[in-house]
Amino acid sequence: MRREIPLIITGIVGIVFVVQYFIPHWPFNRMNAWFSDWFSIVQACAIWLGALNLLKISLEKIARRKSDWGYAVVIIVSFLLIAIIGFLEGEAFRDPGTKFTWLYDFVYTPLSSTMFAILAFFVASASYRAFRARNFEATLLLLAAFFVMLGRVPVGDALTAFMPEGWRLTDLATWIMNFPQTAGQRAIMIGIALGIVSTSLRIILGIERSHLGGD
Amino acid sequence: MTLPPTRSTSRAIVSLLLAIVLAWAPPLAAQDQPGVPSDTILSDTTLQILLPRPVPAVTVKDTQDDGGGSITVTWEASADDGDGGIINRYVIYRATSAEGPFEEVGDATNNATTFSDGSAEDDVAYFYRVVPMTLALAGQPVPPALVEGAMVAGPVSSSAQWLDWRRINVLVGVLLLCVFIIYYINQAKAGKSLFIRKIAGLEAVDEAVGRATEMGKKIYYIPGTQDMDNVQTIAGVTILGRVAELAAQYETYLQVPVSRSLVLVTAREIVKEAYSKAGRPDAFQEDQVHYLTDDQFGYAAGIDGMVVREKPATIFFMGAFYAESLILAETGNSIGAIQIAGTGMPSQLPFFVAACDYTLIGEELFAASAYLSREPKLLGSLKGQDMGKAVILIAIVVGLVLETFGIWSFSRLFSVIQ
Repeated sequence: MRREIPLIITGIVGIVFVVQYFIPHWPFNRMNAWFSDWFSIVQACAIWLGALNLLKISLEKIARRKSDWGYAVVIIVSFLLIAIIGFLEGEAFRDPGTKFTWLYDFVYTPLSSTMFAILAFFVASASYRAFRARNFEATLLLLAAFFVMLGRVPVGDALTAFMPEGWRLTDLATWIMNFPQTAGQRAIMIGIALGIVSTSLRIILGIERSHLGGD
Repeated sequence: MTLPPTRSTSRAIVSLLLAIVLAWAPPLAAQDQPGVPSDTILSDTTLQILLPRPVPAVTVKDTQDDGGGSITVTWEASADDGDGGIINRYVIYRATSAEGPFEEVGDATNNATTFSDGSAEDDVAYFYRVVPMTLALAGQPVPPALVEGAMVAGPVSSSAQWLDWRRINVLVGVLLLCVFIIYYINQAKAGKSLFIRKIAGLEAVDEAVGRATEMGKKIYYIPGTQDMDNVQTIAGVTILGRVAELAAQYETYLQVPVSRSLVLVTAREIVKEAYSKAGRPDAFQEDQVHYLTDDQFGYAAGIDGMVVREKPATIFFMGAFYAESLILAETGNSIGAIQIAGTGMPSQLPFFVAACDYTLIGEELFAASAYLSREPKLLGSLKGQDMGKAVILIAIVVGLVLETFGIWSFSRLFSVIQ
């Protein structure tokens, strides 16, 4: 029964979700919202599992003086600081001027922005590797990238300003993005959509059971 | 010396004219076709500014293909609407009897000829009036004469439908795909051998785990940043089962940092089960699967730190990823780890292709479970999926030919109502 009950629940919920898309009548038209609410409730309760797991692992690292245990201290201090301040400030913790907002605006946001900014350097290093003309396909990729990048900046138009309207680098970049790129992306998206339907059907029918732990 | 009329003077004149018009209201209301009486003492221009001509026809019906609570009101535009017309908007009134009292339920802009009343109660009979308003009356209350003189349409009541006919094409498509999948699952059950093309990324799973074993280093498995309600996450943790089994057999440490609590519970159960299946339940440690943070870049930063410090030999990225994809993959690449990625996010695929050794592109991620297990039933579903793809391919070619010759009706069969 440990395996059958989750399978039955999965099957029923899956079928209901499919059916409610086609049937606008009550109760089906409300089911999507009900399930979403239930999922949010389960998610909110489950957040403690994650938080407690993080604390447990970090405390163990400190207690056993495992390698890099200093980082675990940073995790625990940050975790407790933001959680305690948030709880102490009550419902208005998000209001402007609160300590929580200060931490969010001047610690969390810059850290997130820094991580996101690192992406620019990674794009450069990945591009350097990807855009090498090792074979025909890679050469095509390199040429496409060259024209698109040049067509997306003012210098691209400046270089081809002498050419007639519709034949400039901007137009070439737009054409590459609108036609070959869109066609390729749509082909991938059709495959993804079919994959999602197929996987969902396998899960609903109970053929795919790996997500419940084992086969 | 005469001063130019001020704004307040103009407003006073308009108000005076309005008062005169309102005094004429009873005779206007009594007419079948309310409008400008020919024998009025006011000039035609003044009257037209104040009293637009009514809408000539109003039809009301229950909104189709909905869950009830909505009535669609359609009308013919007033003769004063259109280019250069004086109509500013249409005000829609509703009552539960033809005699009233009528209450305003909404309005529509000029040139509009339809309004959806979403505040209706099912099985209650309603009557509607559509009143055109001019710019001159903007900001003023609607003259009762206009409301009383407007045509009454009804009765009508709203109700919920049992089938949304606008989505019937999707239903047909889903049923067709289900038929294919179920048919091939049954074929596979019956012992029919099914050919599945090689997927390089999945062929390399053994090699990647073996490499970590040889080097005596860890394997990292990153199941994406989304929760268990995302099919990509489910596909990701499904592959985790196979990888965990191999890791258990090879006695290689597998670490799974997750960004969602529900994924933590699921992934832990899967890894535990895989270790038992491999005959190594004792080797499983709870801390192998651990939570980091729900935050996208916090998660990326945490994994990057661990990757740089611990230098795992192999990293798997399987699931839904957003902007963190390249941050993770490029960091893994910088330490020389063998990396296998799989995602259904088209915008992140180029990043994985550029930074990883193998990438499962879209559908390959969803095929991985069947491919790795070689279970006939799962392989059958893959074959059914391929048939669905063949049907779509044929439809695209047919559509291409028909659209080239100016036949548009075929492509409309594939429009989807969100």
